[in-house]
Amino acid sequence: MTPTIAILLIITFVLSTVGLLLLIWSIANNQFSHGQAAARTIFSPGEEGHSEDPARAADEPFTGDTSEQTAAIEARWTADQSSRTAVLTWLSSSVFWLLLGSFFGLASSIKMHLPEFLTASEFLTFGRIRPVHLNAVTYGWASMAGIGVALFLIPRLFKTPLVGGKYAVIGGFIWNIGLVLGLSAITLGLSDGEEWLEFPWQIDILFVVGGALCAVPLLLTAANRKVEHLYVTSWYLMAALVWFPFLFLIANLPFAFPGASGATVNWWFAHNVLGLWVTPIGIGIAYYMIPKILGKPIISYQLSLIGFWSLALFYSQVGIHHLIGGPIPTWLVTLSIVHSVMMSIPVITVAINHHGTMIGNFSRLKDSPTLRFVWIGALMYTVASLQGSMEALRSINVITHFTHYTVAHAHLGMYAFLSFILFGAVYFIMPRLTNWEWPWRKLISLHFWLVSIGILIYVVSLTVAGWKQGVALLDAAMPFMNIVKMTLPALQARTVGGALMTLGHLVFAFHFIAMLMRSGAATEQPTLFRPATKENAQ
Amino acid sequence: MKRALAIMVGAALILLLATLTLVVMPYLQMSAEQVPPDLKPYTEQQQRGRQVYIANGCVYCHSQQPRDPSFAPGDKDRGWGRPSVPGDYAYDEPHLLGTMRTGPDLFNIGARQPSIDWQLMHLYNPRAIIKGSIMPSYPFLFRHVDEPAEGDKVVNIPPPYGPETGTIVATEDALALAEYMLALDHTYPAPTLPKKPPNSDEPKENRAP
Ligand code: HEC
Ligand code: HEM
Ligand code: HEM
Repeated sequence: MTPTIAILLIITFVLSTVGLLLLIWSIANNQFSHGQAAARTIFSPGEEGHSEDPARAADEPFTGDTSEQTAAIEARWTADQSSRTAVLTWLSSSVFWLLLGSFFGLASSIKMHLPEFLTASEFLTFGRIRPVHLNAVTYGWASMAGIGVALFLIPRLFKTPLVGGKYAVIGGFIWNIGLVLGLSAITLGLSDGEEWLEFPWQIDILFVVGGALCAVPLLLTAANRKVEHLYVTSWYLMAALVWFPFLFLIANLPFAFPGASGATVNWWFAHNVLGLWVTPIGIGIAYYMIPKILGKPIISYQLSLIGFWSLALFYSQVGIHHLIGGPIPTWLVTLSIVHSVMMSIPVITVAINHHGTMIGNFSRLKDSPTLRFVWIGALMYTVASLQGSMEALRSINVITHFTHYTVAHAHLGMYAFLSFILFGAVYFIMPRLTNWEWPWRKLISLHFWLVSIGILIYVVSLTVAGWKQGVALLDAAMPFMNIVKMTLPALQARTVGGALMTLGHLVFAFHFIAMLMRSGAATEQPTLFRPATKENAQ
Repeated sequence: MKRALAIMVGAALILLLATLTLVVMPYLQMSAEQVPPDLKPYTEQQQRGRQVYIANGCVYCHSQQPRDPSFAPGDKDRGWGRPSVPGDYAYDEPHLLGTMRTGPDLFNIGARQPSIDWQLMHLYNPRAIIKGSIMPSYPFLFRHVDEPAEGDKVVNIPPPYGPETGTIVATEDALALAEYMLALDHTYPAPTLPKKPPNSDEPKENRAP
C-alpha cells in the first residue's frame, strides 16, 4: 500500500468516526425536539395538526381559519397548478415505461426456467430483454417518476409557482427520445456492453441534456423562493439533480477506461445511480409525505441534516463492493466495504426520523393509500440498506456475490423501497393536479395487494435460493448442474411473484389513465382504502 | 439562494472526492500494471466474437473473474482457473467481468472445452449436450440449409435437437463467438498476482500459484 493510499484510508476513517460521534452527540443532547422551525416549513401557517391527504376524509380538509391562512392555502393551490404540465409529462411517461419494463422483466423471468421460450428471434434473446428491463425500469420508470414528483415538490417546498416549467417539458421529451433510441439499440444488439451503461454513449448525451434541462426550473424557482428554511427534501432533490448529469457524463467518457479499471468505473457509476440518484429522491419524497399526511413535523431536523451529509460522503464511495474478490487492488475494495458499513449511519438517522414520526399514528395506514405505500417503502429502505451493509462484508459477499441473492436485494431496494414510495407519491399528486379524485378505491387496494404479495414472493424465494446457491458454489464437490436444478423452483416462484406485480401495474396504469380522463363520478370526498364516512361508495 | 448553492456545491465536491478515489487513483494504479507476456491480443475474428458476446448479453449469466482460492475455494476447484489479475484484461474493452454465475465462469473456457464443434453445438442448443441446462439456445446464429455449400461449417446436432431434414451450418457470427470462447484461455502463469490475498487477515501460505 502506498503512503497516499494509507493517508486516504485514514482520512475516510476519521471522517466516518466524526460522523458517528455527531450522531451520538445529537442523541445525547436531545436534538430530537429542538430547532424544529425548519421542519415546519412544509406546513402552511396554521396547517400543522391537519392532515393533507386526499385519503384522510375523517378530518375536514384544512382551508384556513383566518384570511392569511386561507391565502396561504390558495397560494399552494396555485403553486400546484403551475407545475401541472411538467409533472404530468414526466409521470405519464414513467407509467408507460413501468408497463413496458414489467413485461420485459416477466419475460426474462420466464426464460430463466423455460430456456426454449422465445428463442427463435435474436431480438428477444434473454441477454437483450434483460438489459431492456433494467434500463426501462431504472431510467424510464424510477428516474422519470422521480423527476416528476420532484417537479411537483419544488414549488411546494419553495412556496412559489414553478418558474421555467417548459424547460422540464422539453427535457421530458428529450429523455423519452433517449429511452426509445437506447432500448432499440439494445434490442438491435448495439449495447455498449457494461451493466447499467448499456445505452450507446452517443444516446446517453440525450439524458445528460434532458436531466440538465430539469435543473433549470429548479434553479429558477429556488431563486424565487418565499421560504427562509430549505426543508430537507429540497436538499436531497437539489443534490440528486446535481449529481446525475455529472455521473452520467464521466461514466460515459467513451473509451477512456479500458480493462479492469473500466470495471471500477462501471460499478462506481452503477452504485451512484442507486445511491446518489434514486435513493435521495426516494428518501426526500418520504421526508415530505410522511409528515404532511400526519400533519406533524419530523421528530428531528438536525438528525435529518446529519443523515444527508453522511449519505453524500459514504454512499459516493461504496461502488467497488460490487467487485469484491475481483482483479482490482485490495485497498479499493476495502475502502468501499468500510463505507458500506458506515452507511448504517445515514440509514439509521433516516429510520429514526421516518419511523419515529410514525409512532402513535400507525392506525392511519389503514385508510391512507399514500401513507401506506410511502411508509412501507421507507421501512424497506431501512431493511434493504441494512441488508446491503451486511452483504458488503467479505465473509457474506463471498457467498452471495454471483447469485440470485443479489437480484432479490436489488428488487427489495428498487421495488419495495423506491417504487412503493413513487406509487404513494403518485396517489398523492394526481388529485391535486387534475382536481379530480381517484375514481375507484377498490383498484387502489387491488394494486396494493397484488404488488405487495408479488414482491414478497419474489424477494423471499430468491433470497433463500440465492443463499443456498452461493454456499453450494463454494463447494466444488457439488456439480454445477445440481445447483442449477436446486434454484429452479425459486426461479419459477419469481415468475409467479412477477406476474402478480405486472398485474398490479396494469391496474395502476388503468387507474392513472382514468384519472387523466377524469373518469368515474365526481366525488367531494377523498378516496380511501375504507370509506371513513357513509358516502355513496360505488 | 446562497444556502441552495452551498448545498449543490458541497454535493458536487463530495462527488469529486469520490471520483478521485474510485476512478482516478485505480486507473493510475492499474494502467501501470504489467501486461502478461503470454497474453495474446485478440484477432479480428475473436474481437468480432466478443461483440457477439456483448450483443447477446452472455455477461448477464457468466462471469470472467475467478477469485482467489484462499477467499473462495470453489472457483479454482471447479477448474475455473487461477485468480485473475488486472493485466489479464489489458486488451478488454469494455470489460466483461460480470456479476452473475447463473452459468459457470468463462475466463478459462478455452482451456476447458477446446473443441470448436463442442462450442458450436452447445450454442445451437445447450440441452443437446447438458441435460437440464437453462442456458438459452441461439438458433439465430445458425443457418438451416438443405445441402451445405463449399466452405460451410457444418454442425452435427444429435437428434432430437436438430432439424428433421437438412443440415445446420454456423454463421460467421457463430464461428467468431466460438473462436472467442477458445481464446478465453488464461492458464499462463500470472506475473503480477495481487500482492496480498483479498482476505488479508488470513495466512498467505496456502496461496495457489
Ligand atoms: C440464462 C443464462 C445464460 C445465458 C444468457 C448464457 N448462458 Fe452459457 N451457460 C448457462 C448455464 C446455466 C450453463 C451451464 C450448463 C451448460 O453447460 O449448458 C452455461 C454454460 C455455458 C458454457 C459451458 C461452460 C462449461 O464450463 O462447460 C459456455 C461455453 C457458455 N455457457 C457460453 C455462453 C455464451 C457464449 C453465451 C452468450 C451467447 C451464454 N453462454 C449465455 C447460462 C447462460
Ligand atoms: C447501505 C446501503 C446499501 C448497501 C451497503 C448495499 C450493498 C450492496 C451490495 C454489497 C450489493 C451486491 C453486489 C454484488 O455482490 O454483486 C448490492 C447490490 C445491489 N443493490 Fe444495494 N446496498 C444498499 C442499499 C441499496 C438500495 C437502497 C438500493 C435501491 C435503491 C440498492 C440496490 C441495489 C441493486 C439494484 C443491486 C444490484 C446491482 C447489480 O448487480 O446490477 N441497494 N448492494
Ligand atoms: C414486474 C415485475 C418484475 C419482474 C418479473 C422482474 C424480473 C427481473 C429479472 C428476471 C431480472 C434479471 C435477473 C437476472 O439477471 O438474474 C431483473 C433484474 C433487475 N430488475 Fe426487475 N423485475 C420486475 C420489476 C422491476 C422493477 C419495477 C424494478 C425497478 C424499479 C426492477 C429492477 C431491476 C434491477 C435493478 C435488476 C438488475 C438486478 C441485478 O443485476 O442484480 N425490476 N428483474
